[in-house]
Amino acid sequence: MTLHIGNVEKVPAERPFTGFVRPFIRSRRRGYLGFLFRRIAQSALLFFLTILLTFALINVAPGDMVDVMAGDSGGADPGYVQMLRGKYGLDRPLPVRLYNYVDQLAHLDLGYSFPQSAPVTDLIADRVGPTLLLMASSLALSVAGALVLGTLAARHVHRATDGIVSVLTLLAYATPVFWVGLMLILVFSVKLGWFPSSGMETLFSGYTGWTRVKDVAWHLVLPAATLSLFHLALFTRLLRASLLEVLRQDFVRTARAKGIGEWRVLGVHALGNALLPLVTMVGMQIGASLGGAVVVESVFAWPGLGRLAFEALGARDTNLLVGIVLFSGLVVITVNLLVDLLYGWLDPRIENV
Amino acid sequence: MRAAGGFWTRYRRNRPAVAGLAIVLMVVALGLLAPLLYPGDPWSIVGQPFLWPGDPHAPLLGTDVLGRDIASGVLHGARVSLRVGLFSALFAGVIGTIVGSVAGYYAGWVDDVLMRITEAFQTVPSFLTALIIVALFKPSIPTIIAAIAIVSWPGVARLVRAETLRLRGSDFVSACVTFGMSDIRIIITQILPNCLAPLIVMVSVMIASAILIEAGLSFLGLSDPSQLSWGTMIATGRDALRSAWYMSAIPGIAILVTVLGINLVSEGLNDAFNPGLRQRQVAQIPRQTSRQA
Repeated sequence: MTLHIGNVEKVPAERPFTGFVRPFIRSRRRGYLGFLFRRIAQSALLFFLTILLTFALINVAPGDMVDVMAGDSGGADPGYVQMLRGKYGLDRPLPVRLYNYVDQLAHLDLGYSFPQSAPVTDLIADRVGPTLLLMASSLALSVAGALVLGTLAARHVHRATDGIVSVLTLLAYATPVFWVGLMLILVFSVKLGWFPSSGMETLFSGYTGWTRVKDVAWHLVLPAATLSLFHLALFTRLLRASLLEVLRQDFVRTARAKGIGEWRVLGVHALGNALLPLVTMVGMQIGASLGGAVVVESVFAWPGLGRLAFEALGARDTNLLVGIVLFSGLVVITVNLLVDLLYGWLDPRIENV
Repeated sequence: MRAAGGFWTRYRRNRPAVAGLAIVLMVVALGLLAPLLYPGDPWSIVGQPFLWPGDPHAPLLGTDVLGRDIASGVLHGARVSLRVGLFSALFAGVIGTIVGSVAGYYAGWVDDVLMRITEAFQTVPSFLTALIIVALFKPSIPTIIAAIAIVSWPGVARLVRAETLRLRGSDFVSACVTFGMSDIRIIITQILPNCLAPLIVMVSVMIASAILIEAGLSFLGLSDPSQLSWGTMIATGRDALRSAWYMSAIPGIAILVTVLGINLVSEGLNDAFNPGLRQRQVAQIPRQTSRQA
């Protein structure tokens, strides 16, 4: 599920420039390498705080791993439970457990999933591909759609096209993502039979190579469309607003005065400059997109991380759940780091500030 | 604050916002009237299952897979959604305001520490976190409210912090410091009233997003087992999607309409609090580079 942040028009300016980009600008004066180290150190600190957060979550929650294991084996006697706690170090004082936890993570070990009988790292590695595929195609879809709709709305601002686009975005903002998925299944899968309603590929088909790629793409259409809807609306609004802002600037007036056609002014002169807030926003939305993937994957039985989280939920598999949260945090932090680098590349003026 | 009359005049000029207010009032009224219109348990079976809306033997909106009245479920579900939305947004507003005003007022290392913590909360996907909190504790209305508040406050904290940072250097705050007014009093009586407008807008948006998060949670089966929620109804109807799509369509429309109404109201509030913004809205994407200088 996505976060519906109020005041879309204001958000991108606020967030990146207090947290992520400001240090970038400051440090550019001290050289790029210094910036890089600072930025990586910041990300590492952020990740450590995320670890603390998940650790707190595990320890605040009632019941621990041993309770779940004991429950699974049909209730065990107190002595045995005590022994298990000792074995996993759960009877140690909190700081010791935190140390052990961080130490374990430092060895890239996210713990063991007892219900699935496999290390959490392996489970995540197995499922990360489909989720990344889903997220990447849905973000690509929403950016592409936003480029079209946002430009159209800005071109015909305050006229019918603009009005239709803004009504559509309002509706997309208000629609629960899982419900969109169900309705798309109803229309395009049940009624029209155009797309499959679940899974990532045709089971036991034995497709290989190009046929398999086409088969996966076929299965991808509905989930990606579902997941992209909210972001399509968000990016469209953002792009429209930032295009309108850019269109007021002097260089656009110059371009128009030179007699360049309106579409060319929009598409070539304005769009490049209006893309900056969009890039920032896309980076910020990675986390929301991952959260949305949980729901979308369970609607479409897409074999990704979200589906894994959902399975873990049913089995009260704390290790797995926390592992997925930590992993998502890592993805979000990494992507934000990359977005900052990309931002500096897209807007060289930052160097001169 | 501005005079109430002036505010309402400005709000009323925005027709979608008025429509949104009408929707919200209607949903609230239906929720309040639910025990009167549909007394008894919305879980109880009232007739044959799979009766379509419009069927002569069916209640107003038909019956679900077990023969429960969908209309009753929709009205009782409104109570759950509104309660969760309102309280989680309020709690998130309170936490965010405290963190944000302290960070912004004291600045320096306090600000650094609090903002790093806020960022850590924003790093993990909020829906996933809410899901896990509810799953680790028992799913119930209070845990759902707490979970949504815990994942929603960072936005408020950032907003209040930015506003406080802007205000703390102003003359009237300096004057209060000279009077010897205590920090807490300055924050509460001088700074917060001046951030109220954006805060109200943000909290109202959070009500809408909280309703969507709650629907998502209950769709995945994480709902209070004693309360019928819209997400639960959709999850139940999902199994009959092929034969009886109205079961999942109707509660979904209820969510859509409610959230749409709230969003329209918050946009209206935003416009009414900031007269002239509508014309300036184009300027609301601040020029990214000049902003930091």
